[in-house]
Amino acid sequence: MTAPLLSAQGLCKRFGAIAACRDVSFELNEGEALTIVGESGSGKTTLLNLIGGALAADAGEVVYRLRDGTARALSSLTEAERRALMRTDWGFVHQDAARGLRMGVSAGGNIGERLMALGDRHYGRIRENALEWLARVEIAATRVDDPPTTYSGGMRQRLQIARNLVTRPRLVFMDEPTGGLDVSVQARLLDLMRGLIADMGLAVVLVTHDLAVARLLSHRMLVMKGGEVVESGLTDRVLDDPQAPYTQLLVSSVLAA
Amino acid sequence: MTARPYNFAYLDEQTKRMIRRAILKAIAIPGYQVPFASREMPMPYGWGTGGVQLTASIIGPDDVLKVIDQGADDTTNAVSIRAFFAKTADVATTTDTTQATLNQTRHRVPETPLTADQILVYQVPIPEPLRFLEPRETETRTMHALAEYGVMHVKLYEDIARHGHIATTYAYPARVADRYIMDPSPIPKFDNPKLDDCPALQLFGAGREQRIYAIPPHTRVVSLDFEDHPFERTKFDAACEFCGAADSFLDEVVIDDKGGRMFVCSDTDYCQKRQEAQKKDAAE
Amino acid sequence: MNALHANELLRVEGLSKTFTLHLHGGARLPVLHGVSFTVAAGECVVLAGPSGVGKSSILKMALGNYLVGEGRILVADGERVIDLARADAREILDARRRIIGYVSQFLRVIPRIGAIDIVAAAAQESGLDRAAARERAASLLARLGLPERLWSLPPATFSGGEQQRVNIARGFAGRHRLLILDEPTASLDAANRQAVIDLIAERKARGTGFLATFHDEDVRLRVADRVVDVSRFSDREAA
Repeated sequence: MTAPLLSAQGLCKRFGAIAACRDVSFELNEGEALTIVGESGSGKTTLLNLIGGALAADAGEVVYRLRDGTARALSSLTEAERRALMRTDWGFVHQDAARGLRMGVSAGGNIGERLMALGDRHYGRIRENALEWLARVEIAATRVDDPPTTYSGGMRQRLQIARNLVTRPRLVFMDEPTGGLDVSVQARLLDLMRGLIADMGLAVVLVTHDLAVARLLSHRMLVMKGGEVVESGLTDRVLDDPQAPYTQLLVSSVLAA
Repeated sequence: MTARPYNFAYLDEQTKRMIRRAILKAIAIPGYQVPFASREMPMPYGWGTGGVQLTASIIGPDDVLKVIDQGADDTTNAVSIRAFFAKTADVATTTDTTQATLNQTRHRVPETPLTADQILVYQVPIPEPLRFLEPRETETRTMHALAEYGVMHVKLYEDIARHGHIATTYAYPARVADRYIMDPSPIPKFDNPKLDDCPALQLFGAGREQRIYAIPPHTRVVSLDFEDHPFERTKFDAACEFCGAADSFLDEVVIDDKGGRMFVCSDTDYCQKRQEAQKKDAAE
Repeated sequence: MNALHANELLRVEGLSKTFTLHLHGGARLPVLHGVSFTVAAGECVVLAGPSGVGKSSILKMALGNYLVGEGRILVADGERVIDLARADAREILDARRRIIGYVSQFLRVIPRIGAIDIVAAAAQESGLDRAAARERAASLLARLGLPERLWSLPPATFSGGEQQRVNIARGFAGRHRLLILDEPTASLDAANRQAVIDLIAERKARGTGFLATFHDEDVRLRVADRVVDVSRFSDREAA
């Protein structure tokens, strides 16, 4: 089997007296979706930021395997390399779509930006690409020139996804991607995401507190509490046969409709 | 010689040195915005203080200064600044582009081609071409440092999406020496080609924003565009009413209350010279 | 010794399972111990015993859905043998994709995807191209008597029996060598039960091994080659 795509080793991060991340390690393979589950304050968002390189770890390392096969420690990347990675091989879907989009730029411009950043200079082709992606995320083509300020929350999320996937990244980070959306909108978005993840063979690191989303989207799961990973394993195994006390509590607390 | 109440050209010598150092840096890194400690000038921000500080730092007693504002020598801005330097530096001034060693301009490039012993000083309001899409200074500096200019083409893309063509008609972004992207100040895009491979030194000063940048002589300056929407020079449907020029930038002048208008050369010196030449020809 | 006999697809050895209920003061609930049996290619092994004895738990451990307490679960993978009790997440996912198929008791409904697409996706995962996968899905659904007008609809609004038939089709759509069936005929009528029995027989003839539980005595008699009485491994009295 091939080497892992992403490998986190002994990650630690403190904010003053608070240990937000304590010795967290895991591996992620190509095409695998991993959920980091936990309640507020569990450290899951900190972990996501550490893996994504937005925060520097106090200890430990994150190693990523580039497209050419070389394994690089994130801390060894130059600012230019990291930013280039974020524009090509990685995607980041924020909970608040406004953070992941240029709200004043049309949908087409938002999707095309990465292509233009990579040197694409043909307006017609860029626009075609944008239209293709709008179709894939189920946004009407007539909306291509509208800015996301005119979009609903669900549409903004879908646009954010398109903007990130246009360069065919291999790894996508998602932070509560369905948080705050209406239930029916969530369902549609989750289905879309599931399909895209499968079609494109994306590796995903998903942070959520919603166990149903975790079950639907991911193969594997890490349960975090107080900065530590209290349990990990296959998503269905962790949810159906939880071992740790906290996991058992989480699973039993979920209300069924 | 009477004692001047001001130092030569108003600024103290240390300030001039500081600005000259910034200019040298700017020339060494074409298109890169060099921060400088902009001084308080006896005119408000927005009235050309950047250009004035540049001129004040490099002008010498033997220089001949021309100042234009939107191409004209006789508008308020041009008149005031010319008077300012006449008073503080006692230099000769002119309206003749070919006679000037130092040309300060607001929002136009003279029609008459410049030569190697001339300097063109531009007044710049907003030096940062990325500012409209990225408000954070920290971020734009990083983008310039890493040459992350994708967002500039996003702006042009938006133009085409909205108007069917690149609608930017002034302050049209250009790439200098294949490296930095700059805002050439609000000159009409008609003038952009003049920046490329110009024999004269071009200096840009923004007083309020405290930046200086430069295009050394004979530097490659390419205006941004798309392969399928290439940069096109503006063409006018008319010719100058006074001198008949079909290749200069024209101002539209409303002449009555009924919507009557005429088109006139924006560059008054250029127009004047052409008219004089035509009179001479007619006389012969 | 991690070897299987020539024809063996699955060997369970000394399997035990105990649940620890942390929410109830850490109460331990032993369920099974010392479970041992094998499944060979082309045979159907049925787990029998009273309700709650742990039949489902064994199936789930064989799938990697439940953690194993003690023991081994050896699975044939071509020349290799995998111990599912010790395999990591990646290996189990790989095994589920290629070797071990599953028909669960209840269809976990994915919103918005039509019944035929659910089944076709499973066929595609096993290597069929889009068109062939869809054909296979259609033929399975037809055999199981699911009305064609339902094929393009998401199963959320189907009856229990209809959902179960989609589940079964999905499980049989791939090319797994070992199929695990958990009460597959519980909500089916006689005609559809027969269709399932036929499907099992066909796959057995092609070498697929089955590990299953059947509530229905009648079906059990018709498909089982061997019956394992799970109650002899039960810890329930002891608890």
